[in-house]
Amino acid sequence: MRIETRTVSDVTILDIHGKITIGEGSAEIRNRVRDLLQAGRKKILLNLGDVSYVDSSGIGELVSSFTTVTNQGGQLKLLSLTKKLRELLAITKLLTVFDTYDDEGKAVASFS
Amino acid sequence: MSSPERSEIELTFGSDIGFLDLVQEISDSISRLAGFGADDLYWIGLSVREAVTNAIQHGNKQDPEKRVRIVFQLTTDRICIIVRDQGRGIRDSEIPDPLDPENLLKPRGRGIFFVRSFMDNVRFHVRPEGGHEVIMEKLRSSKNEGEENENRNSNGE
Repeated sequence: MRIETRTVSDVTILDIHGKITIGEGSAEIRNRVRDLLQAGRKKILLNLGDVSYVDSSGIGELVSSFTTVTNQGGQLKLLSLTKKLRELLAITKLLTVFDTYDDEGKAVASFS
Repeated sequence: MSSPERSEIELTFGSDIGFLDLVQEISDSISRLAGFGADDLYWIGLSVREAVTNAIQHGNKQDPEKRVRIVFQLTTDRICIIVRDQGRGIRDSEIPDPLDPENLLKPRGRGIFFVRSFMDNVRFHVRPEGGHEVIMEKLRSSKNEGEENENRNSNGE
């Protein structure tokens, strides 16, 4: 897994590439999110358009990042879900938890 | 070569999650050989991955001396995959429901749920001689059989 960080307006976008699975350093997302929170960056958008595979550990990583950000008064949203990831989030009822977007501009504009 | 529809393939390896990608690739290859389409292949692979992760982490407690054994059984209408570990197993009542509002935001506990969601039949079995196994089956739909026939025809079979 590889993560690139960029900023649009006051939103930090993490472009995630590769697999989010056990053994692929899935804790990397959680660590990166924690670093952003410590730096006062509380509007975080995870761009998952280039994620090739997610297992239950990867789903757990997204949930863990979401709760960490929310508990600190921030917002974490998801961009560009693949069809398979959307299906996994749907059957686990997590689509009702996450704000998801297909368009980056709309996603950035949605942060209050 | 004998028909892939009547074959049994076994793998045995140590309790190391470093094997997961290899196991999934093998699962994909076998499912493809059995005539499953791309979507089924993906979900079978994920189910195998989750079952093996559980076997390594919860069954064998990541003890490198303990083994995980997988058996892929191909028959005319289904693939049956048995994932066996050397742990004590888990009762159904001990498996939390990840859709329960109390569990929805927990980071763990979705692996078995995925297996049950994507496979047609799933059973858990504590072996009297020791160890635990997950037995999961995926039936071949008529659509997949059609794809398989197409593939065979294109290969001149």
